[in-house]
Amino acid sequence: MLRIGIDVGGTNTDAVVMDGTRVVEWVKMNNSADITAGITAALHQLLRQAGVEATQIGAVMIGTTQFTNAVVQRRDLAPVAALRLCLPAAQSLPPMVDWPEDLREAVGNCWFLAHGGYEFDGREIAPLDEAELRGIAGQIRDRGIDAVAISAVFSPINREMEQRAADILGNELPGAQITLSEEIGRVGLLERENAAILNACLRPLGARVVDAFTRALAGAGIEAPLYLTQNDGTLMAADYAKRFPVLTFASGPTNSMRGAAFLSGLQEALVVDIGGTTTDVGALHHGFPREAGAAIEVGGVRTNFRMPDVLSIGLGGGSLVQDGATLTVGPQSVGYKLVEEGLVFGGQTLTATDVAVAAGMAEIGDAEKVRELDASLVTRTLAAISSMVEVACDRMLLTPEPVPVLVVGGGSILVGDKIGVLSATRPPYFPVANAVGAAIAQISGEIDRVYALAELPREQALADAKRQATERAVEAGAVADSVEIVEVEEVPLAYLPSNATRIRVKAVGDLARG
Amino acid sequence: MAKELRTLTVEDIRALEIGAAILGTGGGGNPYIGRLRTEQLLKAGRTLSVLPLEALDDDDLVAGVGGIGAPVVGIEKIERGDECLQAMRAVERATGRQAAAVISCEIGGANSMEPMITGAQAGLPVVDGDGMGRAFPELQMCTFFIYGLKPAPAAIADEKDNSVVFTGTQDMFWLERLSRATAVDMGATAGYALPPMRGEFVRRVAVPGTVTQAIDLGYAVLLARRKKRNPVEAILKACDGVLLFEGKIVDVNRRLARGFAVGRATLHGLGADAGATLAIDLQNENLIAIRDGTPIATVPDLICMVDLESGQPITTEVLRYGLRVAVLGLPCHPLLSAPEALAVIGPRAFGYDLEYRPLRGSRG
Repeated sequence: MLRIGIDVGGTNTDAVVMDGTRVVEWVKMNNSADITAGITAALHQLLRQAGVEATQIGAVMIGTTQFTNAVVQRRDLAPVAALRLCLPAAQSLPPMVDWPEDLREAVGNCWFLAHGGYEFDGREIAPLDEAELRGIAGQIRDRGIDAVAISAVFSPINREMEQRAADILGNELPGAQITLSEEIGRVGLLERENAAILNACLRPLGARVVDAFTRALAGAGIEAPLYLTQNDGTLMAADYAKRFPVLTFASGPTNSMRGAAFLSGLQEALVVDIGGTTTDVGALHHGFPREAGAAIEVGGVRTNFRMPDVLSIGLGGGSLVQDGATLTVGPQSVGYKLVEEGLVFGGQTLTATDVAVAAGMAEIGDAEKVRELDASLVTRTLAAISSMVEVACDRMLLTPEPVPVLVVGGGSILVGDKIGVLSATRPPYFPVANAVGAAIAQISGEIDRVYALAELPREQALADAKRQATERAVEAGAVADSVEIVEVEEVPLAYLPSNATRIRVKAVGDLARG
Repeated sequence: MAKELRTLTVEDIRALEIGAAILGTGGGGNPYIGRLRTEQLLKAGRTLSVLPLEALDDDDLVAGVGGIGAPVVGIEKIERGDECLQAMRAVERATGRQAAAVISCEIGGANSMEPMITGAQAGLPVVDGDGMGRAFPELQMCTFFIYGLKPAPAAIADEKDNSVVFTGTQDMFWLERLSRATAVDMGATAGYALPPMRGEFVRRVAVPGTVTQAIDLGYAVLLARRKKRNPVEAILKACDGVLLFEGKIVDVNRRLARGFAVGRATLHGLGADAGATLAIDLQNENLIAIRDGTPIATVPDLICMVDLESGQPITTEVLRYGLRVAVLGLPCHPLLSAPEALAVIGPRAFGYDLEYRPLRGSRG
């Protein structure tokens, strides 16, 4: 089966066509104002270059930053009614309390607190009150809001209350799009609720974007099923993506890392993605990006859903090299103006790229223009760059054992084949590692719950968590036989009796052939 | 006393969040939720004022308040908001006497914020001091009990209008045990209030100035970040602390014992400490720092870990391989290192066969 992976970035659309594990052909094109037309054009060119018919394509996977950008730029966001089941607890902090003011206003700052939610051990804080919820539904209807986000205290240990509230609201508000917090986030009420509200406000845009992608495929004559990549490097079917657009956040760095893993064949490695202004360093574990443990902000909002643990440093091909009291590289960068301002392009600004060209590490622009560069400056600059990357890599290592480093991205010419004691390689097709990462993505399911191990033996609790994670993967489109458990994490909870333990399990499987 | 009051702003509370986490010495819970709750009260027009310890009159009654439960529950089941206030009111009803001020029993971590919240709600000032000068895992480890506060009547309250008054408890250990068990039944996020304390007693036994100290530490970090200066140096300048070690965490060994996160973090030195190894033993909080086999700092002195670049306090939960940290030692207040205090919070009280050796501060 031929697959196409596409990365729709801010300025470029990258696309690859793959035959099993082989990259058949790739293109990199500037975006046009009309995303649909741009993707269609990229697909046409890709198919032409590869000599492949549209009917031979079995699946198309797209990674996109459009939803992240919508939140960051506060545009195309729908008004949301946020309902939290918590009373009498949790009324000291309303939903969206820690959001930037402009974003809170952009989604309408409409929220309700109602009775419900669970204690850590599964007891109800208060029973659900149907009459109360019908009253809230009436207010939501009066305000003309269609997008609803429902959260409940400790819903990760029991989804029932959020589901029942959704049923009640759904009856009162036919046509409402309801997001449940337990479908998205993990333990941590505010962060999980934030993710649910962001998802709710993105759903209308999600539908439009996914429809635009579908049209782009149709325009190129491709009838294969469409998938979007998630922040954890796995896929969701187009219909699922319409319901959970928030899960695409941070899929860009994830796709580069997954692509690098695939192209190199390595499961355990560091990936260094060097762009024009910044370098992202992430760690691969079992072939997947390691996830961040702490809360991550998106557009100024704290969330705790699945995100890769990426360390960004101010180093890129366009980084300024300044030789004052000490020599510095970055964080200032000429960015996309490198092709005008860099010395090798006839400009006046000394950049990291100029030094790499002077050192003979790259052939970009006119090497003659940097022939006079001071040799000591070149040596010291390369040492500084190497040290920055080395420190970043070292911070991302979780064990003292050395692992290989994979370097991808346009700025990857800045580093040699050694990063400290670690050996660095550039995998084939490194400029489009992100599109490759999209093309090879699998399907996942995840569960994150608190179990009382005094009541349920550990083996049974683990088995239950694994079964639920597997079910979620299959529900998301994985072939049941191919599903494997790739991550199990147990965290005992301090101060609590009954050996309360938080268990997190992730299952991954191959994409079912559509 | 009004003229001595200092009114706190939202910025002060943000600084307090960071400083309290530094003084948490790895434990004490994250003050984030408490900081947001305090901000909500300020935005709603409540006033938050801090009273110098020495401004307390002998007969002023002071209520020690705080949250009790499990930190991991606190990030999910957020407070109704007035749990501590209800506990304080329950004690007031039991004694028939009203509090004139509130005080934190534990400035390190989340319980730095609860007295702020209660004070703002009740219209009472918060005393500039606390019962630990840091964080400790259990109630009896505060100076109020160490120096003779009778453990009853104390109270605990939840969001469901349940309040339990302990009218008689044999000693502070029983109060800790019974209130802990009650807190778990209440869903592991409850507020407590200690028996009322006379101003004269609080002036004598509270660790002085710790609210201001935490706020100053927080501002040192915030300012250093804004000015792109070294936050570790800024922290050291803002307190009587010493830099014990700069290093990278190379191993974290952590398990759960008696309800606490117990373990050891091992660091390899960087810069001036290159070649040396530092081990930090922890039980929720960082308790002992051992350099190349020799203890160099012990509880109750403060052993604080902050991120080398950002100055962000590192709590026990986020410890992991690869973090580059500065380990700071802050000498504890003499109230914590007196013999009767060491019996409760010295190395031996935590199970170490080790004498307390006072840390020398930069100014001492």
